[in-house]
Amino acid sequence: MSDPADSALSIALLQDAPIPLDAGLAVAPGELVAMVGPSGSGKTTILRAIAGLHRPRAGRIVCNGVVWFDSALGVHLVPQRRRVGLVFQDYALFPHLSSRDNVALALGHLPPARRQARAGELLELVHLGGLEERRPASLSGGQRQRVALARALAREPEVLLLDEPFSAVDQVTRRKLQRELAVLRRQVRVPIVLVTHDLAEATALADRISVLHRGRTLQEDPPDAVTNRPVSPLVARLMDQPNLFHGRIADRRDDGRGVLAWSGHSLEVARIGPFRQGDTVAWMIPASHIVLHRRDRPSRGERENPISGIVDELVAFGPTTSVTLHVDGRDSLPLVFSVATHAVRRNGINRGATVVVSLLADGIHLMTPEEPS
Amino acid sequence: MDWNALELSIRLALWTCALLLPLGLCIARVLAWRSFRAKGFVEALIALPLVLPPTVLGYYLLVAFGSTSVLGQAYQSLFGSSLVFTFEGLLLASVIFNLPFAVQPLQRAFEAVPLHVREAAWVSGLSFWRTFWRVELPLAWMGVVSALALVFAHTLGEFGVVLMVGGSIPGETKTVAIAIYDRVQAFDDVAAGVMSAFLLAFSFIAIGLVYMLAGHRSQPHV
Repeated sequence: MSDPADSALSIALLQDAPIPLDAGLAVAPGELVAMVGPSGSGKTTILRAIAGLHRPRAGRIVCNGVVWFDSALGVHLVPQRRRVGLVFQDYALFPHLSSRDNVALALGHLPPARRQARAGELLELVHLGGLEERRPASLSGGQRQRVALARALAREPEVLLLDEPFSAVDQVTRRKLQRELAVLRRQVRVPIVLVTHDLAEATALADRISVLHRGRTLQEDPPDAVTNRPVSPLVARLMDQPNLFHGRIADRRDDGRGVLAWSGHSLEVARIGPFRQGDTVAWMIPASHIVLHRRDRPSRGERENPISGIVDELVAFGPTTSVTLHVDGRDSLPLVFSVATHAVRRNGINRGATVVVSLLADGIHLMTPEEPS
Repeated sequence: MDWNALELSIRLALWTCALLLPLGLCIARVLAWRSFRAKGFVEALIALPLVLPPTVLGYYLLVAFGSTSVLGQAYQSLFGSSLVFTFEGLLLASVIFNLPFAVQPLQRAFEAVPLHVREAAWVSGLSFWRTFWRVELPLAWMGVVSALALVFAHTLGEFGVVLMVGGSIPGETKTVAIAIYDRVQAFDDVAAGVMSAFLLAFSFIAIGLVYMLAGHRSQPHV
């Protein structure tokens, strides 16, 4: 978590109803933080609290040195007094107004004569030039999303809040809008909070990911750290890590490396962390750190934690194929990894085939096991 | 045709609309968007004139407006005239028995305005008042038209309550509906027929307008 003192936006919220919250977030100017978590984890509630649409029981929200909300001081600014740009999940455009008027209505801080022209500029910025006079009903989903974004930017917000902004459009439009957001970020130097349940989207767009579960912030780190080094098995599961197992520390060496005993295998581990010999640990390995051995010639890492298994499932996602392996032929130990689709063909990998993979020592990540609930 | 009665009826209907519109907007907005414990009770109270026999409503209003009631006495001491058998008393009664005709279409119309759209207005910096004028009212305008048409037509046609509270004083409380009854009693079928035809045509146009707008509203409108 970055230091709240340097951040443009810092929040700490605590409540037990209607949705329990114990959440913190600090976002620097120009930084994009993605809040991820399952439905009902409080993502949208936190966004609404920042915008002033929800008043939490307790906590504090400070933006650029101005206290927007402080339960102890009894401060709760109305939405009109917080300069926030909010893109709603359903866009919430004004249905009776043209695109231009939708944006112009949010330009109350400008003299009336300037509003129409500025609205036109903002629509140009989101690539909607020529559609200024259209009403929302005659725009496509992607175009509506752009109007909503232009309207959110109209107030020259101090914070930009995006509530699942790409969930209502088709895949192709979504990719395009995501790329545009990545470009737009460089033009508007404000903190951006993106709520999403699309982990790939969060990983691709965010500087940091904040993982929420039942209103609690579990981890707030760069995407790489949240994906590859989750703080707990729960975070690993929320980040959709399939390869999550239990094991025991068999050896711990002074250089920080060690050996993990797992289901009859001894796995070399690059970082043992705080664990001691004999400790039971939860461990995971990202799919990106599992290397398939080639049949014809040995490759790098052949000796590194070789594990053999029977291919149970092959699902091709275009250029990559997801492979599920039953380690030692046991379906209780599924190991999921991806390989290039052409490699699957070249190596003749079929369902039922026996293959050998290496679990790279560098990718094995150890965690404290969860208390049985 | 009793032009005097028609003029009085139209004057009563216009005044009723003028008073009920702001009142109806306030009540309908609260009922549409707030939830409070007594909400069902308030809604039932407002809907009562729809199911109550007009004579019963008229009787209670007559008692409430009478010179022995608190309201009647307060009005008497403030304005120096009685609420019973006067145009002002009739207008107050008209506002009360027309409440459901104003509040219900307005409430439906406000309920159809998504909360997100209003929140978007607030987040866009629009004051609550500007949100009302620029977002809520334009989105609910068909409810406003429905309410006005219903109230206007219903005021022209109301008989029981008017007779109980207003009596039948020409130029003061004798509305066109009462004039029709008068004419029938006097075996003046031609006058009764003309006035009835006028009310029929007017009511049909008003209701037709409401249904036309309602049909328009059901078209997709995102």
